[in-house]
Amino acid sequence: MKTKRKPKLAVWKFASCDGCQLSLLDCEDELLDVVGEIDIANFPEASRAVVKGPYDISLVEGSITTPKDAERIHKVRRASKVLITIGACATAGGIQALRNFQDVDQFISIVYASPDYISTLNKSTPISEHVKVDYELRGCPVNKYQLLEVISAFLNGRRPVTPSHSVCMECKQKGVVCVMVAHGTPCLGPVTHAGCGALCPSYARGCFGCFGPKETPNTHSLSEWWQEELGASKGDIIRAFRGITAYAEPFRKESEAYELQ
Amino acid sequence: MSKKKDASPQTVTLPSNDLSRLFQVLQSRGYTILGPTVRDGAIVYDELDSPDDLPRGWTDEQEKGRYRLKKSGYGTYFSFAVGPHSWKQYLYPPRVRLWQMHKNGTGFELNAQNGPLKKYAFLGVRSCELHAIEILDRVLLQNGFEDPTYKARRKEALIIVVQCTAPASTCFCASMQTGPKAERGFDLAMTEVADGERHYFVLQSGSDAGREIVQELACAAATAEEIAAAEQAVKAAAERMGRTLDTHGLQAALYANREHPHWREVGERCLNCTNCTQVCPTCFCTTVEDITDLTGATAERWRRWDSCFTMEFSYLHGGSVRSSAGARYRQWLTHKLASWVDQFGAFGCVGCGRCIAWCPVGIDITEEARIMCAETVNQ
Repeated sequence: MKTKRKPKLAVWKFASCDGCQLSLLDCEDELLDVVGEIDIANFPEASRAVVKGPYDISLVEGSITTPKDAERIHKVRRASKVLITIGACATAGGIQALRNFQDVDQFISIVYASPDYISTLNKSTPISEHVKVDYELRGCPVNKYQLLEVISAFLNGRRPVTPSHSVCMECKQKGVVCVMVAHGTPCLGPVTHAGCGALCPSYARGCFGCFGPKETPNTHSLSEWWQEELGASKGDIIRAFRGITAYAEPFRKESEAYELQ
Repeated sequence: MSKKKDASPQTVTLPSNDLSRLFQVLQSRGYTILGPTVRDGAIVYDELDSPDDLPRGWTDEQEKGRYRLKKSGYGTYFSFAVGPHSWKQYLYPPRVRLWQMHKNGTGFELNAQNGPLKKYAFLGVRSCELHAIEILDRVLLQNGFEDPTYKARRKEALIIVVQCTAPASTCFCASMQTGPKAERGFDLAMTEVADGERHYFVLQSGSDAGREIVQELACAAATAEEIAAAEQAVKAAAERMGRTLDTHGLQAALYANREHPHWREVGERCLNCTNCTQVCPTCFCTTVEDITDLTGATAERWRRWDSCFTMEFSYLHGGSVRSSAGARYRQWLTHKLASWVDQFGAFGCVGCGRCIAWCPVGIDITEEARIMCAETVNQ
């Protein structure tokens, strides 16, 4: 192992809050193991030192929101053997994808004194709409243990364990009481991808859907139940699905269906 | 009641004020007591220190997709139906490490040991739950192989039944012939009686361990009136079942209706969120996950609860065999109420109603089975 060249890892930022990158710094105890096994070649949040590419693994945070970034992501792809997107922005467009439902030129004309200075795309899009992505890790932010799991899976040439079932399964296996059944709180858990360890329901809050849609999400049945049994309004349903992963297709379609009604 | 002749009485009366003595006797025998307690708006199972931890004065109101904890207005300890937890979580834990391996020069070292197990006393087991444990015994101990994780925990567990006197509207154990009265398979069985001024438990032992505990408690023998009052409380529960399921010809009718259009209709409502299988006290499916550390020097294999409602569950090369929600619901319901009988000689459902209450969109197994079989049974 010692004589082998350490794999080079790069971390890239696009339109994002840096929270997912911080999850990597947050690893604290495990961080020494990480740097023991890999060369962190490019990680502006942690160090100004930059090692030239190509890179064995690129972690990409953030969505594509500007013409410049739409070009830059292709450079990142060309320099990376494996490209892994981390977080809701990179995999679904993030909270900034709320712009996708509105007229961006109108925002710009209202918000900025000199709208001419603003160069932006009218949609915030996930990385996979621009280049081939090898693996998508969900979350807002990503779960640091899942991030370590994905890195160690790629280092060891195995499949990462990041199951795509519902948050409900995490709640039940933790023994958390269902907030929807026992409290009548609308919760996106039954249609949301696991990975957070049922963080919000563990604190008696409904799931916000940070990890985006799970496999085969039945959003329509869930929102009907909210409406009929939990007294949710159409506005409540649109707001629930229009959160951090609003532009992920199953959630987008559900909120749009209620907007058209 | 007991067939065995013994110098000490086998059916005794424990005044409710002396319930703490039962706790003390169990604790002095090295048991960690698990039982019902109020947490986060529900009655769940957890470790108990004293009777103060029990849900005294609480009850529940259950309907499909709905559970509400309520004040009962009485001073009774056990006036509630089963909640979201079941004993499965202790006997067959949601996550278990099967083994760990370390690289050692050119070879590796295997460690299949887990920490020492606690000696648990399950306090407040209902008849439906006892039947669920018997079903798990058939699957995990008597099915041609033994699951060591389950076996070790099952062997240590002391089972103290509290006979059910407060079924919920989601309950149908009487239909499944699994309750409300537990007749055998326990170490101790208690019936809570709140009879005007008097509040007591009628205790009956069902094993040597139970007999020793009864002896140590040194209670008075139960009178004929007390035994009759206890019997009556359980009998009344049988008449208050909120739901029924006609099991006559059910297995054949479900097989005959495997292409019924109603499966698709349920599939449109089903969230395939897995809640029904996770709360079910008999669902036993698991998957294994292999993980390594960053250095690749240590690998672990973990087993965790799985569910037939996930895509991965039926994944073979090329895709999932059961890709539609309707197909997955059909797999689950027909396993519980039909193919389980072929496999293990009994239904896989005990009528506890958990899957009805904890389905986030209120899908009701009794209602769906009835619709699916209506035409066949009427023929």
